[in-house]
Amino acid sequence: MNKGIILKVTNLNVVLDHQIIIENLSFEVKKGDVLTILGPNGAGKSVLLKTLLGLLPYQGQIEWAKGIKIGYVPQRLPFIKDIPLSIKDFFDLKKSSEKETKEILDSVGFREDFLRKKIGDLSSGQFQRILIAWGLVGNPQVLLFDEPTTGIDMSGEVTIYNFLAKLQKEMVLTIFLVTHDLSVVYKFSTHVVCLNRQSICYGPPQEVLTPGSLQKLYGGEVKYYQHQH
Amino acid sequence: MSRQFLLSLVVGIFIGGVSGYLGSLMLSRRMALVAGPLGHLTLPGIALAVMYGFDVSLGAFPFVIFGIVLIWLFEMRTKLPMEALTAIVFASGVAITFLFLPIKQAEVALVGDISKVKFEEAVISVIITIFLSVVIKKIYRKVVLINISEELAKSEEIDIKKYNLIFLGLIAIIVALGVKMVGGLLTAALVAIPASAARNFSHNLSQYALGAMIIGIVSSCSGILYSELTGFASGPLIILASTLIFLISMIFKR
Repeated sequence: MNKGIILKVTNLNVVLDHQIIIENLSFEVKKGDVLTILGPNGAGKSVLLKTLLGLLPYQGQIEWAKGIKIGYVPQRLPFIKDIPLSIKDFFDLKKSSEKETKEILDSVGFREDFLRKKIGDLSSGQFQRILIAWGLVGNPQVLLFDEPTTGIDMSGEVTIYNFLAKLQKEMVLTIFLVTHDLSVVYKFSTHVVCLNRQSICYGPPQEVLTPGSLQKLYGGEVKYYQHQH
Repeated sequence: MSRQFLLSLVVGIFIGGVSGYLGSLMLSRRMALVAGPLGHLTLPGIALAVMYGFDVSLGAFPFVIFGIVLIWLFEMRTKLPMEALTAIVFASGVAITFLFLPIKQAEVALVGDISKVKFEEAVISVIITIFLSVVIKKIYRKVVLINISEELAKSEEIDIKKYNLIFLGLIAIIVALGVKMVGGLLTAALVAIPASAARNFSHNLSQYALGAMIIGIVSSCSGILYSELTGFASGPLIILASTLIFLISMIFKR
């Protein structure tokens, strides 16, 4: 693998329950890149993230640079509020020391006294920031975010992306971001993979996000696929 | 206080406490009711034990293991909901029991009887429950993470299958012990109610786990004590004591 390349994906195929979810996908990610995985609902975006994490079976090659630590921020955790969990408890699950937890909380803008706060009492925006902070435990070089703005109001959304951008600069993170929100892609990412089972476009957003490729990605996908077989 | 009473009190404290402790893990996975069908399924085993005069838990255990395999099969092989499993297993367990257990002896099988526990039984129960609580403490946080999200747990390289197997094993043992105290019908309550009550007032995981354990202990003690005073069966009294604590906890619900 070339120097500076953090991830190389070649001819990736993912089949779940006899359905092809991802077909022949190839791309590369360099250190410090922000790669957005863009596509309509059900396009296989979250599946791609989970496959990159090694959570799902696949065919093809996924090569991470040696010794890379990955932090994962899931789309949502529907069951977490069923359990009486303080923020400290949540970080203890990942064996974060109290010192590290405090530092990370500080870096995402929470005061120390937040440690004792119950997860169930957080607003959705606060919870999102806690999830990101949780992903940062253990100093990962790569962060995988699955649709970080689900369920957050507009003002919260702006804050999360500003916050991500700040983190990315400060910590020289490589970020993978799943979203269906176009504005995020232009503002925030260096590269984009347009995914609707197959790769529709790949490259810097200003170059590859043309009306044609977007039409293919969002508009004409049904027709497009009917002609495939 | 008689020696026999003290003996049942000690067994009650240990089984009640560990049931509550494990119950807090089961509740956070929405699995608390699994102890229900498992408990019912032990009824034929308890019936055999009662008829031939051996330890109730010993009779119950093979049937619990059978139940765990059933649950595993149901979960893995079919898409049937848990309610269906409960109905099928509940009915079969009770039906088989009443086929051959004389109705006069049914009470022990249905609601348990800790008041005549033998010394050796008590020692074994205490040793097993201590072992269980050590294992529960060891796996607690990992199982909580699995309960929150299997994907997060996998991304932390937790072997989910291994922990699920240990977890099910713990449930099997606690059900087999629990039927001794509250019978085949009430075991779900033994694990579910203390944890539910503790959840109502807990701010964090330690309060929740410890709270469930303490409520389990207090319920068992008060049930056994009240049974000694009134002569009512202790099993139902233990459950009703925990229900009372649950109702009180509703006032503090956060």
